[in-house]
Amino acid sequence: MSTLMENTTSSPGPETGAETGGGMGEIPSFDVTLRIRRYSPETHGDEAYWQEFTVTAYGTDRLLDALHKVKWDVDGSLTFRRSCAHGVCGSDAMRINGRNRLACKVLLKDLNPDKPILVEPLKGLPVKKDLVVDMEPFFASYREIMPFLITGGNEPTRERLQSAEQRERFDDTTKCILCAACTSSCPVFWTDGQYFGPAAIVNAHRFIFDSRDDGAAQRLEILNDKEGVWRCRTIFNCSEACPRGIEITKAIKEVKRAMITRAF
Amino acid sequence: MTTTQTQAAAQLPIENPGEAYKRRKTTRGNFELYSWVFMRASGVVLLVLIFVHLFVNLVAGEGITAIDFGFVAGKWASPFWQVIDLVMLWLAMLHGTNGMRTIVNDYAERDGLRMWLKIALYTAFVVVTVLGTLVIFTFDPCPADAPANLLPSFCTA
Ligand code: HEM
Ligand code: SF4
Ligand code: FES
Repeated sequence: MSTLMENTTSSPGPETGAETGGGMGEIPSFDVTLRIRRYSPETHGDEAYWQEFTVTAYGTDRLLDALHKVKWDVDGSLTFRRSCAHGVCGSDAMRINGRNRLACKVLLKDLNPDKPILVEPLKGLPVKKDLVVDMEPFFASYREIMPFLITGGNEPTRERLQSAEQRERFDDTTKCILCAACTSSCPVFWTDGQYFGPAAIVNAHRFIFDSRDDGAAQRLEILNDKEGVWRCRTIFNCSEACPRGIEITKAIKEVKRAMITRAF
Repeated sequence: MTTTQTQAAAQLPIENPGEAYKRRKTTRGNFELYSWVFMRASGVVLLVLIFVHLFVNLVAGEGITAIDFGFVAGKWASPFWQVIDLVMLWLAMLHGTNGMRTIVNDYAERDGLRMWLKIALYTAFVVVTVLGTLVIFTFDPCPADAPANLLPSFCTA
């Protein structure tokens, strides 16, 4: 079952790596081991496997830099998503030491270097290859809550005005970058993938509480579903995972409250 | 730089990689909303009922030593305690059953397993609630042909 393959690639970097002390101006470096959960059906069959890579890193390096080093210098077949590399695009959410994080926002020096760093694809979404998951179930729920402005009446001739307070009401939920870290950290979502998930509720919240939007009733109706907000068990995994620091559990609570006010 | 490689637990293969994901069906309605509100409301009431129950039975008067068939019969001779215990029984059973329903939904992954667990759950609810209700209204502290040493002293009178 567990075949252990050991292969040593010649290192392009310094041989020892660890704390190479030296002359003035030399940047201290350290070795980190990444333990990556890989899945490559076309070359390795239908089973996932763990592979460890040890690379030399610097104090300012993020996990994404280490992944780049592996992909560019050691094993080009390692597959992961990234685009902006600066926490804006939401491409590189993954499970790092068991927690959903953006690889481009996690500094290696903040992770325990004594143990290998566990890097896994997001949980609860089908894995396509290595760290790349199929985001479709996530985006399907996002589409269902109609993430666009819905208005009634006549088209105004100038822009739709809004006071600073009205804008503040939903400011927090405008920050979402659709990385899926929240939804794929939720055990209720893991069960069968039918729960709408925190991200869909966050993005519904962004419009429900927008004074310019008239679609609140429709969106509340959509989320008042067996698989909607009522499946939330208030465990805060989503709030803990969100790289934008959105108070997700609070947003879900506000949507629940709006539904209760509407029903009674 | 060294790399090692070991096998991990199997990853679910994707059945149809190109296929569009679909939510199984829309299940809108107020049921889950009312169920959510009920859990909170019944929880608050249960908090009061359970602690009154524990205090009256175990602490007040002669405390725990006073409990026997006679003590129970004495309480249920009063419609006040009959109603209190009936409400506590029904709320605890509805609350507990609804809570277990949530847990089954959250943890059982296959539809068939879910169905059987819920059938077992609802059967247990009916049996306990019906028997409990019956006992509250028909309790007899001196059942005929019971061993005399188990009965309260006033039965022999
Ligand atoms: C002492 C008074 C009680 C209070 C204040 C209380 C409160 C609550 C609340 C608010 C929930 C909902 C949690 C959620 O939706 O996430 C809950 C769930 C639950 N309750 Fe109670 N409850 C009490 C007594 C009981 C009793 C007597 C039982 C058993 C008969 C029980 C069994 C459950 C179960 C099985 C759940 C589901 C667990 C979950 O959803 O995480 N509770 N309770
Ligand atoms: S709410 Fe936060 S964790 Fe969830 S998708 Fe948006 S940015 Fe990512
Ligand atoms: S690569 Fe864009 S968010 Fe990390």
